Amino acid sequence: MLPTREAIFAILDGVMDPEVPVLSVRELGIVRDVSIDAAGAVTVTVTPTYSGCPAIRVIEEDITAALRHGGIDDVTIRTTYAPAWTSDWIPESARAKLKAYGIAPPARAESGGALVQLMRTRPAAQCPYCESSQTEVRSEFGSTACKSVCWCRACLQPFEEFKAI
Amino acid sequence: MTAPSVVPAPREAPNALFEYLLRLGDDRLVLGHRLSEWCGHGPILEEDIALSNVALDLLGQATMLLRLAGEVEGAGRDEDALAYFRDVVDYRNCLLVELPKGDFAFTIARQFLFDVHSVVLLDALSRSATAQLAAIAAKSLKEVKYHVRHSGEWMLKLGDGTEESHRRVQTALNDLWRFTPELFAADDIDRTLLAAGIAPDLAEIGVQWDMLVRDVATRATLTVPDTIARAATARGGRTGAHTEHLGLLLAEMQIVARSHPGAVW
Repeated sequence: MLPTREAIFAILDGVMDPEVPVLSVRELGIVRDVSIDAAGAVTVTVTPTYSGCPAIRVIEEDITAALRHGGIDDVTIRTTYAPAWTSDWIPESARAKLKAYGIAPPARAESGGALVQLMRTRPAAQCPYCESSQTEVRSEFGSTACKSVCWCRACLQPFEEFKAI
Repeated sequence: MTAPSVVPAPREAPNALFEYLLRLGDDRLVLGHRLSEWCGHGPILEEDIALSNVALDLLGQATMLLRLAGEVEGAGRDEDALAYFRDVVDYRNCLLVELPKGDFAFTIARQFLFDVHSVVLLDALSRSATAQLAAIAAKSLKEVKYHVRHSGEWMLKLGDGTEESHRRVQTALNDLWRFTPELFAADDIDRTLLAAGIAPDLAEIGVQWDMLVRDVATRATLTVPDTIARAATARGGRTGAHTEHLGLLLAEMQIVARSHPGAVW
């Protein structure tokens, strides 16, 4: 019996991102497509979040392992770069999980605009701990490529924000 | 640029595209390696993390570009073969990116000059007639936009900071300036790809770069060193004539792969 797309998506819903383990690879928008040929061979199309994301190889291995565990042995991972990954693909339900995990969810990504934009001001991310908006970005670079470091002036806590790109 | 269906690629295009992709990939590979030398040595923790993050993005961009270069070449070389098993004379990066990291002001000034070049070039390349290159450029552009915000804001802080920070970043700008014309010097490869709609006109890229760099330099109270003689300009990287610094960098970068070819872990 051929596997169905629904069955494969259900398996992929259980594959968590290794660096943000509260979100699945589907919720992050890393899985772009699944196809099944007449012989039952499965091709999963993925796209990296950031060019240099060191987790992408692990994610590919985790997807293959999860599908094998689900009885699907013939798995090919295909990588695509277009359209470029955007944090806007993370659905509302997943944003709530990020916040509960202590990471402020991403703002809407800016498209277009000036190529060189310095000293920009943007609405501060809400503190995931106390929900204050009295926050500031301390550094656009954090513990992983996808996060920046913020500071909450109300509860005096540092927190991470998922970057909007 | 022109759509692929309108202008057929000239006969020599595959070879020119391979060379061009090496240039783009090697610039990012070598600069990413230089930046990674700051890991554990940054002036403050946030900068240590920032420079390492930028290095990682550049390494990722280099991986995509060199993988595509290997596919275009069609000789069975992947991105690792191109990164680890080419010698100095086969590297195609510009001289600017291979210079030693210097002090923090030098690293930031070099990064700023490169980042501005990169945003302008990648923006144009996102409309390339070669679809895979356009996709890589569009993806990379999102990252380089925050890279240039980082290096550009540091130019403002250092230039318009203390006497010492101003002196250091002005010195860096003076020392680096003669390496910038190479970024916009078009040769037959650039002209072939321009005609095929694959790559943009470097003269136009240079005009945009000049305007953006001058704008930030002025705001940073820095002087663009226009007085440097044309004869002092340094180039040669695009044809494999490098400074003595690249060989040492490659020795460090390639030694493990060459000592244990085919090793996996």
